Amino acid sequence: MSVLVYTESDKGTFKKIALEAASYAKAIADKMGTTVTAVTVNADDTSVLGNYGVDKVLKVNDSNLDAFNAKSYASVMQQAAEKEGAKVVVVSSSADSKYMAPVLAVNLNAGYASNVVEAPSNTSPFTVKRNVFTNKAFANTTIDTDVKLVGLSKNAFGVVENSASATEEAFSPSLPESTVNVESVDKVTGKVTIADAEIVVSGGRGLKGPENWGMIEDLADVLGAATACSKPVSDLGWRPHSEHVGQTGKPVASNLYIAVGISGAIQHLAGINASKVKVVINTDPEAPFFKAADYGIVGDAFEVVPKLIEELKTFKAQQ
Amino acid sequence: MKILVCISHVPDTTSKINFTDGDTKFDTNGVQFVINPNDEFGLTRAMWFKEKQGASVDVVNVGGAETEPTLRKALAIGADTATRVNTEAKDGMQVAKELAKVVQDGGYDLVIAGRESIDYNGGMVPGMLATLLDANFVNNCISLEVDGTSAKAVREIDGGKESVSTSLPLVIGGQKGLVEESDLRIPNMRGIMMARKKPLNVVEPTNASAETTSASFEKPAPKGDVKLVDADNVGELVNLLHNEAKVI
Ligand SMILES: Cc1cc2nc3c(=O)[nH]c(=O)nc-3n(C[C@H](O)[C@H](O)[C@H](O)COP(=O)(O)OP(=O)(O)OC[C@H]3O[C@@H](n4cnc5c(N)ncnc54)[C@H](O)[C@@H]3O)c2cc1C
Repeated sequence: MSVLVYTESDKGTFKKIALEAASYAKAIADKMGTTVTAVTVNADDTSVLGNYGVDKVLKVNDSNLDAFNAKSYASVMQQAAEKEGAKVVVVSSSADSKYMAPVLAVNLNAGYASNVVEAPSNTSPFTVKRNVFTNKAFANTTIDTDVKLVGLSKNAFGVVENSASATEEAFSPSLPESTVNVESVDKVTGKVTIADAEIVVSGGRGLKGPENWGMIEDLADVLGAATACSKPVSDLGWRPHSEHVGQTGKPVASNLYIAVGISGAIQHLAGINASKVKVVINTDPEAPFFKAADYGIVGDAFEVVPKLIEELKTFKAQQ
Repeated sequence: MKILVCISHVPDTTSKINFTDGDTKFDTNGVQFVINPNDEFGLTRAMWFKEKQGASVDVVNVGGAETEPTLRKALAIGADTATRVNTEAKDGMQVAKELAKVVQDGGYDLVIAGRESIDYNGGMVPGMLATLLDANFVNNCISLEVDGTSAKAVREIDGGKESVSTSLPLVIGGQKGLVEESDLRIPNMRGIMMARKKPLNVVEPTNASAETTSASFEKPAPKGDVKLVDADNVGELVNLLHNEAKVI
């Protein structure tokens, strides 16, 4: 009956979204008077999960799962859910989890609600609040099936410490034959990704050309932030498509989003509105971004950003 | 190769989102509907397969008669035929089950759907459909090539991309990258005229049931005013972000 949660790791270490998903599963388990079981795949030390409310870990170690495969991972989760008799399964909103979840929903005959932002307001009927219309609204959705699958939005519920000690059990599910095979992975190393970043620094057409991105990268560097851009910037080829954020690009749900030379078109704002604190730097005081931002500087990016970098360096040196 | 492109009928990205009937229904008043952007990238890639590899391209939507102008637009862009499954779309699973029937009846090899619809953002129809059909599935697909029954695809992952090899039958959740923005086609007069003559078949649903119910909607709380910092006093921004917002 326990609540099952998929806790993702990268090279053996848990991602923040995994700890957030575990915290969320704990909140549901408390409401339902049950425990939390986490599934880990090729993770090293699982004891940290106890700090976020996990009671039991099903530890899967299988080199056939080194590359992510939606069908195989969904099968692992299905077998774990059946073994635990789980009625609620929690996954995150990473690209991998969003790939796996619909497959798992069919396998488990589970109703699936994605982009969920809060603990369920009720567990019977099981009612969750989720983001719809790309952050322009919320829906209160009930999941009407016996088994429920919840996809948690990033940075919405937060990481909650909840001291427990997790018992660990080796788990060796059978794997289906893989018919989608990974040939190569091309991943930037040593750079924060937009998906994982606490802070995102984003540049728009106001920066005039790709040659001016040095200061955006420098600003991101001092802050330990990921870099992003508006759609026209990626359409013009100034920056790679993978940096395009907004309604038709990547969603951003960081703690801090800094927009430089971005006007704040409705499609841009929709995609970044889930960020907690928004800062805009723009020469035009009438730019719509000022209506969406928490802090703003009306000024020329080419003057303001270098100063901001200097101020941040001084600030960091004092920390 | 027989291709089916799933077309979601969604509010234009500039739409103001409001609800009616005591916040239980989306207010379509004054809203312009368009082909879901992710689906439009997929449809455009399908046209490439048609022109370069002789594929047939059909489009499908699960929805009421009000979605027909959106299907006609897909026909004007170049799809051969359109099918509308005559039922209101309620949730991802119901739509996936209705689509599965269309795919089976039509014997499609490749189904191109969008990674998500920009209205309810479920992001689940392609994966559910693939699983119901026991077909291969690639999500967040940014490149697709098909040679006979083999396929090579690129999937966007967090922080990079991944190349995979797989085979037909295949379902993808597509997005920008499948084609570029500049490849998108605005239907011309001839396309629009031809679209009027192309078949738009209305089929009755299997009455698959939904598994979730969105009982009510709400809008985000209004935001407070922006706090402006003088361009000559940038240090104040650092101070506010540290002491007030506590994000650095
Ligand atoms: C279907 C559809 C989907 C879309 N999806 C997205 C999406 O996902 N993401 C997205 O971003 N856009 C999207 N758009 C595009 C969107 O409508 C805007 O065109 C786009 O966001 C504008 O980008 P921008 O702010 O960089 O450029 P602009 O609108 O050109 O704004 C540039 C800004 O820079 C400022 N500026 C100029 N010089 C300086 C300077 N020296 N210092 C500081 N500021 C300066 C200007 O005042 C201006 O406000 C979409 C559009 C459509 C139709």
